[in-house]
Amino acid sequence: MHELGIVFHVIRQVDEVAQQNEVREVRKVTLEIGEVSGVIPHYLEECWKWACLNKSRFMKECQLEIISLKASSFCQDCQKLYDTAANGKSCPYCHGTNTYLVSGNEVSIRNIEVV
Amino acid sequence: MNDEVRIIEIKKSVFEANEKDADALRDRLRKKGVFLLNLMSAPGSGKTTTLTRLINLMKNEYRIAVMDADIDSDVDARTIAETTGVQAIQLHTGGMCHLDAFMTAQGLDSIENIDDLDLIILENVGNLVCPAEFDTGASKNAMILSVPEGDDKPLKYPLMFQVCDLVIVNKIDVLPYFDFSMDKCVENVHYRNEKAEIIPVCARTGENIEEVAKWLKEQISSWKQQ
Repeated sequence: MHELGIVFHVIRQVDEVAQQNEVREVRKVTLEIGEVSGVIPHYLEECWKWACLNKSRFMKECQLEIISLKASSFCQDCQKLYDTAANGKSCPYCHGTNTYLVSGNEVSIRNIEVV
Repeated sequence: MNDEVRIIEIKKSVFEANEKDADALRDRLRKKGVFLLNLMSAPGSGKTTTLTRLINLMKNEYRIAVMDADIDSDVDARTIAETTGVQAIQLHTGGMCHLDAFMTAQGLDSIENIDDLDLIILENVGNLVCPAEFDTGASKNAMILSVPEGDDKPLKYPLMFQVCDLVIVNKIDVLPYFDFSMDKCVENVHYRNEKAEIIPVCARTGENIEEVAKWLKEQISSWKQQ
């Protein structure tokens, strides 16, 4: 359940930004979660409410929005992009493993809605 | 009171703050000349037994302390202190399944005479998923994969094997009783991480632990020269 740890890190960063910007409260946080980041959005949502209520200064009643990002990898042998979620490290065109992840590993805070 | 809703763009990785903490911790340890090894594995793979063997091989040459992280209890720290005589402290993660750099730094604060040490080993929470996500600020990462867990673990837990510099394959004494192929294991580890070193050991009997000690000594001396 590393999602709880991730939520704690989100809270720390958001509270810091909230304080610097002298906001009264943070109403919504939008996160971007990559498809192969290993983070399960449902688990994030499960612990979000509790963590905000108990561990945050500015996010007591804060909504969570999750934007899911597709994962894609690039094959250096055949110079093609492919869908990582379906194929993993192996290129579906040439079956080689000389590939790297281009996107899909993100766990980021996009923006926050404040008053 | 201004009730106007506004949007503040952040566009930052959630792990960014932790990575900063981890780099700061690495700087702090570098100044002190203390090498930090982060040891990870699934529960029951033999972290404590391996550590005990390893420390007993190295403690005459190196001044060592251990930080044991668990959700609860102090059984690991007590076992290590009793069987090796080195300083061992227990960290509680408050329900969380991993340590981050901030918690590691707090743990370091409670180690006595840290300036006199050469090596601190962090025994992370038993878990193959979460500890790999959070950089603890360690100089090197190692993990233990035990034979009963299966040779396919690198396929199932990619990140753990990507972040580790060393994979210790433990419990090789039970190899005849399991469908575990060492060749397949090596292939799977290198599929995730070409650079990972692999050392098969049996912590129960102490077999091959000297290879782990040799690896660790090399890491410490090359780190000191950097």
